[in-house]
Formats: sequence, C-alpha cells, structure tokens
Amino acid sequence: MRPEAIEAMLPFLSDRFANPSGAHRFARDSRRAIDDAREEFAELVGAEPGDIIFTSGGTESDNLAIFGLGPGDGVAVCSAVEHHAILDPVESIGGRVVAVDRSGNVERDDLERVLSDSSVRVVSLMVVNNETGVIADLASLAKTVRATAPSAVLHTDAVQAYCWTDISSVCSVVDSFSLSAHKFGGPKGVGALVVRSGIPLSPRQLGGGQERERRSGTQNVGGIVAMVTAARLAAANRSAEINRIGALRDQLLDGLLATLPGAVETAGTDRSRRAAGIAHLCIPSIESEALLFLLERGDVSASAASSCASGALQSSHVLAAMGVDSNLARGSLRLSLGWSSTQSDVDDALLVIPGAVERLQKFGI
Amino acid sequence: MQVMVAMSGGVDSSVAAAMLRDDGHDVVGVTLKLWGGESDSGCCSVSDVDDARRVAQQLDIDHLVFNFSEDFEHNVVDPYIADHASGITPNPCIECNRHLKFDRLMARADALGFDMLATGHHAQIVRTPSGAPRLARGADFAKDQSYVLHMLSAAQLERVMFPIGSMTKDEVRERATELGLRTAGKPDSQDVCFISHTGGGRRVFLGDRIEMHPARLVDESGTQLGAVEAVELVTIGQRRGLGIGIDGHPRYALEVDVPNRTVLVGAAADLDVTGELLRSFEWVDAQAREDSLDSTTLIAQLSAHGEPVEVADLSETSDALEVLWVSPQRRVAPGQSVVLYDNGLVVGGGLVSRR
Repeated sequence: MRPEAIEAMLPFLSDRFANPSGAHRFARDSRRAIDDAREEFAELVGAEPGDIIFTSGGTESDNLAIFGLGPGDGVAVCSAVEHHAILDPVESIGGRVVAVDRSGNVERDDLERVLSDSSVRVVSLMVVNNETGVIADLASLAKTVRATAPSAVLHTDAVQAYCWTDISSVCSVVDSFSLSAHKFGGPKGVGALVVRSGIPLSPRQLGGGQERERRSGTQNVGGIVAMVTAARLAAANRSAEINRIGALRDQLLDGLLATLPGAVETAGTDRSRRAAGIAHLCIPSIESEALLFLLERGDVSASAASSCASGALQSSHVLAAMGVDSNLARGSLRLSLGWSSTQSDVDDALLVIPGAVERLQKFGI
Repeated sequence: MQVMVAMSGGVDSSVAAAMLRDDGHDVVGVTLKLWGGESDSGCCSVSDVDDARRVAQQLDIDHLVFNFSEDFEHNVVDPYIADHASGITPNPCIECNRHLKFDRLMARADALGFDMLATGHHAQIVRTPSGAPRLARGADFAKDQSYVLHMLSAAQLERVMFPIGSMTKDEVRERATELGLRTAGKPDSQDVCFISHTGGGRRVFLGDRIEMHPARLVDESGTQLGAVEAVELVTIGQRRGLGIGIDGHPRYALEVDVPNRTVLVGAAADLDVTGELLRSFEWVDAQAREDSLDSTTLIAQLSAHGEPVEVADLSETSDALEVLWVSPQRRVAPGQSVVLYDNGLVVGGGLVSRR
C-alpha cells in the first residue's frame, strides 16, 4: 500500500469510527468522508458521484455487474480471457463466451456472431488482462457491441487498468466498470462498481439500502478513503509512471529474452498495447511451479497462472484461450511491476531468473 | 540437509516434518494436489491441504502445494479405470507411490536442490552388512507400509527418509499431541483418495467412466447359477453378492472374464493355488535378486496387512517371476502386488498376472 493511503485510513480505524448511516454527528463525520471520497473518485474515473457504488472489491463488482445489469432476461456475454470473477458468473447463468486470437484480442467476427445470435442483456469485455497485460481496443469493441446488440449493457472489468491507462477516457465508452483498490496502492477488500445513470441495475445484496439501495451493507469508510487517496496519487503521475515502469519492463523482458533460450513474450512482441506493469513470458522445458520456488529462494516473488482452493497452480484459461501450446504454457512466468518497483529490482531479477531456468532445464523439469 | 517432506495433512507426515525440523534440517513441506474431481478423503481434499499448511505454519517451515493432478490422472486414475474395465483389480496407492511420490516428486526435489525427500510412511530404511540400503517394516507392524513402498530401488532409498518409521502409531499421536498439532487426533485415511465415498463409492465412480456389463455366474461345468449387475466390479476372491452354493457354503469369484461377461464361482477351497506368476517384478537391486533366488527364508506379503506367506521356490522366466508357496494359498486378484521379504527386508515386488 501507498503510505499516504495507510495514513488516510487510520483515523477511521480509531477516532472516526462511526457508522456513516447513523443519525448523530459522529456518523455525519463518517458520512462526509464517504461523500468527499465519492466525489473525488468520480472525478478521477470520469463519472458522476451518483454512479459510484462502493463494494468489497473487483470480484463483488463484477458479480454485481453480470448478475444485476441490464433489463430483461437476455444472455450474458464475455470474452474467453476474462478474470474468473466475470467468466464464472457468466458461465453459471448459461452465458456465451467469445473467442480471442493468439495475441489475446477479442475475435471480432466471433463477437458479432455471438451478439447477433441471441438477445443479449450484458456484455463484459476487460480492458487490461490480468495475466498477459494485453490492453483491449475498447473503443472499437464498443462500436461493434453498440451496432450489433444496441440494447445490451456494456460492462468492462477495469480492475487491472487503473495505473496503466487513462481510465476516464478508456471507460468513457462503457456503461459500467469495475475497479479494485489494491491494484493501485490501496487496501484489499474495497473497490467500486461504476454504473452510469439510467443504466438498469438490480441489486444482489439487500439489507440496509446503502449505496442508493444498489449495494446494502455498512460502508468500509477507512477503506474507501484510502482507496481514493491511492487513486489520486496513482492518477497524479500516471503517464510518467507508465514511461518509467514501461522502461523497466522492457529492460526486464529484453534481458530475459536474450538469456533464456526459446523464451517468448506470451502475447507477441508488440508491447505498445500491453500494460507497462506486466511482463509475461513462456519458457520452454520448465514448469512454473518449480521455477517460482527457485525464484523465491533468490528473493524474486513472481506468479504464473492462478491458484485454486488448495493453493495449487492451475493451468491458465487465458493462455489456453489464446491457443498457447500447453507445453509452453506450463513454463509461463508473470513478473509484475508497480509504483514501488526500482531499477535494482530489475537488476536482481535478471541475476536470479536465468540461473534458475538453466537449472530446471538441465534437470528437464 | 535440505529436506522436502511430503505432507498429506495427516498426523504421520505432520510429525515427520516436526522431527526433521527438530533434527536441524532445512525443511520445506509439500502437499500434492492430485485430484481435481470430487473427493472427500485422503490426500486430495482442500481441508487436508489446510491441515498440512496449518501444521507447516505452526512448525514455522515453508509449505508449498504442487499440482500433479495431470500426472496423477494419467498414471493412477486412468489405469485404475482401464484395469477395472478389463477385470483387473489395481492398487492405486502403489501406483501413486511408484509414479507420483517417488518419481515425479523426487525429480522435482532433485531439480529444486533438495538433498532428501521424506514422507510420513510407516517403514524403515536399514543397511545390509555391505552397506546397501534396504526397506524394512515400520516399527508398528499393524501400520507397516513397506508393502506399498516395495518399488523403491536401492538408489531411491538413498534419497528417501521415513522419520516416523521407528515409532508406533500411538507414539506418533503422542508426539503430535505434545507438539499441539491440529492433526494429532485425525483418523487414518483408509480409502482410495480420488473416490468420493459419500458420492456412491467405487460403483458410481467407475459407472460414470466406463460402461458396466451384467455377467453370468457359472460353476466349473458352465452351469449358470446367477448373475451380477457389473462384471467390472467383481474381484477374484470376492464373496459378497455372489449368493450361497448348493452345499450351503458361500461362493467365491474364481475367475473374472470381462469380454465373455462371465464370473466363474466356486467354494473357498477352489481359490487355493500353489503359487502366483508376477509380472513387472522389480528387485531392490541386483544383489537382492541374486540372494533371493538362493534364499530359503523368503516370505511374501500378498496384501498390505495380511499374514505373511512362506515361499518355497522362485523361478524366473523371460518376462515374469513365478513364486511357489510352501502350502497352498488363496488366489490373489490380478493387478494386486506380491512383495517378497527376506529376514524382514523387502527384496522386491511385482504385480500378479492373470492366469
């Protein structure tokens, strides 16, 4: 977390503890903190304050969107590379999944075919892929959606996008989008669903009627204040950070590609449409699970695909949807960079990773 | 030493990890995710992984989960299903030890720089006078697992540790209680770990995956005596579900002929045989083979916890080992393992072949 965000939330964990729904002045103090945060957040993401629904994070926001957005009972549609927070809700209600190409971009023909096939209630297409970092051309996709399924609500999972795109401009073409604080230096357990006015949303969580009866439950005041503090800081020097971190990412990728025989950038060599903070590559003849252990022993913490309930790595549905050969996908490696990443982090990674890979390739594992 | 300890989430491997740590080793606990399907027992469930992780946290050792589910399906589950489809009764725990724990996991441990791989099995490793390692029974005879570990070669035994092998189960539980481990009172796992027993057991598991065929029960003369619903679920030696013979004694399955949908049944005495033919026989090492062929003190274990059986003679053919018993023994179902011991030490084992 950004230190400023930690500091911003602390008063709400002690002196300013009141429930914002209360009727006394302490409650009004909490209420004001949320109102201020909501206005500032709306400004930062290009929305109206009334559009912001504070939630417990990206997964809740995505679930609320898929289950709650749109009129009638048409189907839900999403792409094959969505986060499970979108994909699983869509599949759970018999929705349709649109194919992607080898670079991780939505297959336009398939999108048109699926959208014209049936009555569509909600379409969800993510901005930045959480595994590969691929940035979708959302404006162009939105045109296709509007032309083919004019009555559908267009949602985007922008959880991974806040630091790496001009969020208010990118999301200006959608009706609804999800964000999560911990992706831009805020705390875990807080996020938002932004739904533009006039877009129908039926709530999933009923109770005290908070968030204009769209998401009941006492607000996480400190979390919301911290999220907006982090959002402000991330937005303030976003373009400079994209350049700085993008340069580190390029150094990291170039260094690894030069030293690891057969390694490839998972989503292709054009980095201009990829998030600056994600370096994703596939290394032949190794298994990520083994590599991550050796990297950790070298003080490099990395990821591969996602983990299941037991904590075991699962093969990536994203790479499978992109048609990455399963043997190559077995050796996938995702290195994430962010506001706290430095040149020396990259130098350390370039020292540790090639040796670990070489060892595993020697053992054939 | 750097030791990787396989932690199933049970009390034995929990205590094994604790003992290794207390002996000053650099210990990392590993739990294998072996089965993606539904299961409620054994090494595969999320609650077992939780137990393993919490024990590792309590012991302050690193804990990892390795996803070997593809290998498990390929090497253990698929053959289990195929064997049943052809009338063979496999032992999946042995195949898991052979292909997963002491092959795949050991290769992983090697690649990651570990000196040794440890498990919580009840078995011991001892040395012959010439220094070769041998697998001996666990100190707790009732819990001895040397039978399911018989495939370990001398070379593998050099790389393996069984820290609790010299303890009784009661001692293991006492130790776990002293350490305050959450697994101290956890019941032993009994069943095949990938089969859900609340979900209908083996019948449902196999029925979902292979076609079941009704079969005729016939006697030696070919006379039909009855029928069973699924020939694939009948095991040689089985009594249950086969009815009572005209002599008033129970009937047993003597032969299972899946292609002809026929089960030959007879009296208990008809199950007795003078020996078994073993295929894929693996000796611990060349010396064990040489010594065993001359030995007069060999005994055999025909199941994990059955009474040991005296061996009269061994004879090798090009692709099998024939074992003759001192006195006739009940026939062993094809696909089950027979393990040979000399002076309490495992010398090798193989799979019972179809007659």
